[in-house]
Amino acid sequence: MTAMISVRGVTFSYGGPVVLEDVYLDVADGEFLGVVGPNAGGKSTLLRLMLGLLEPTTGSIEVDDREPSEGSRVIGYVPQYPPFARDFPITVEQTVLLGRLGTARVLGGYSRRDHGIAERVMVETEILSIRGRRLNTLSGGQLQRVLLARALASEPKILMLDEPTANLDVRMESDIFGLLKKLNQRATIIVVSHDIGFISRYVGRVACVNRTLICHSTLAIDGKVIQELYGGDVHMVEHSHG
Amino acid sequence: MEFLQSLTQHVFLQHALLAGVLASIGCGVMGSYVVVKRIGFLAGGMAHAVLGGMGAAFFFGAEPMYGALIAAIMVAVLIGWVTLGGRQQEDTLIGAMWAVGMAAGILFISQTPGYQVDLMTYLFGNILLVTSQDLWLMMALDILLLLLVLLYFRQFLAVAFDEEFARLRGVPVALFYMMLLCLVAVSVVLLIKIVGLILVIALLTLPAAIASQYVHTVGRMMIVATVLGALFCVFGLAVSYQPDLPAGATIILVAGVAYLLSTLLTSFRQRYRTQVTTTR
Repeated sequence: MTAMISVRGVTFSYGGPVVLEDVYLDVADGEFLGVVGPNAGGKSTLLRLMLGLLEPTTGSIEVDDREPSEGSRVIGYVPQYPPFARDFPITVEQTVLLGRLGTARVLGGYSRRDHGIAERVMVETEILSIRGRRLNTLSGGQLQRVLLARALASEPKILMLDEPTANLDVRMESDIFGLLKKLNQRATIIVVSHDIGFISRYVGRVACVNRTLICHSTLAIDGKVIQELYGGDVHMVEHSHG
Repeated sequence: MEFLQSLTQHVFLQHALLAGVLASIGCGVMGSYVVVKRIGFLAGGMAHAVLGGMGAAFFFGAEPMYGALIAAIMVAVLIGWVTLGGRQQEDTLIGAMWAVGMAAGILFISQTPGYQVDLMTYLFGNILLVTSQDLWLMMALDILLLLLVLLYFRQFLAVAFDEEFARLRGVPVALFYMMLLCLVAVSVVLLIKIVGLILVIALLTLPAAIASQYVHTVGRMMIVATVLGALFCVFGLAVSYQPDLPAGATIILVAGVAYLLSTLLTSFRQRYRTQVTTTR
């Protein structure tokens, strides 16, 4: 398999202590990779470096054989904290259509094809019925689906999600990850999560980030790995719901 | 009634009315961006700093409106450069440009030999002094503004809504942000003749703020804000005409009262809806 993303010896700091140190990572085409680690361990920073929103202090990154600033066009990105004001006057459909920027024509409005693609991804993410609603009237789960639809509207080769289910309940979390599993049939997926136990059920490989990066297959994740990653004991409660 | 009669007889009143409508296009379209992007302070700084350009133009014997336009664009680029660079104390820098621009303008005007211009005309505007040359300039600026917004509506929306996402989609965010600020600067110039540079910010934001209470998209907000802006100008002009009140200040008061009433109405409406929902 060819590497969609290649991270080579990347070190990064925001001007203070080193956040990421000598990180190597290859993400294969069609892979479903989970990125886990403790808070402030550098997970989101790694994602932002791959997106070209940050520049590595040393080392290099290639996305789809290009510089991240160029390659980010093939990425659909779902941020952890949406940076926009929730009361911005924009509908769900207009938000999703913004995902067509960069693929559609530069001047004027959206084409019929853009509208068609936006409708398809809204059906896929089950938000078609709320297409005319304003963002500030949506629940956390609905907003997450809208952001996912916006990312999908660009027909990305890679889908990157930063803690997509951080504020959602367990059922919504399962729904979103179920959808991601389906989307993995046509896109490489990288998902950042704090919940190593939960994502292990969906991803094929886990990258453990805590300043450095170590990759494991999901089968190799055991108590020792988790203890090393989080720097202490982690309580694992095995349970099921009837 | 007297206003309507005078309107048919006096060219200066017809000019004033047309100027109000032309200025409303700028205030409706760009005011919507100012409100949703929350750059009211920045636009206020731009409006005040423009006095430097007007004063300089007056000093060198040029048309003050052209001086205002050049100064507004220069200040927009400077403010854009400061904001995009993420420099610290951005508000201090904008405040400094605000004050320095005004101070420079006052110095230029005070040092201009001969007849001393009435500073109040620049500060508070005088819609009744609009010339046909002003109208042509306003029309040209409106056409430029509408053309750019129609052509790049999606890019401006993306930059106003979510800069990071726009950047990832390959939109040149810095370029569009600068263009946005320059178009706000153009709107400021459009409004200076009507309400003067001190009151510009009110006409730039109040119609758009009222519109945002009733419509769900930026496009509709622009249309509603333009209509409201035109209504405020015409109504303010009519109210001020008979008792010979300053037209600019009257227009702003009309807009201010409308905003207050609309905010109260929206607040009551929301409270009523919440009550209905909880009692069900």
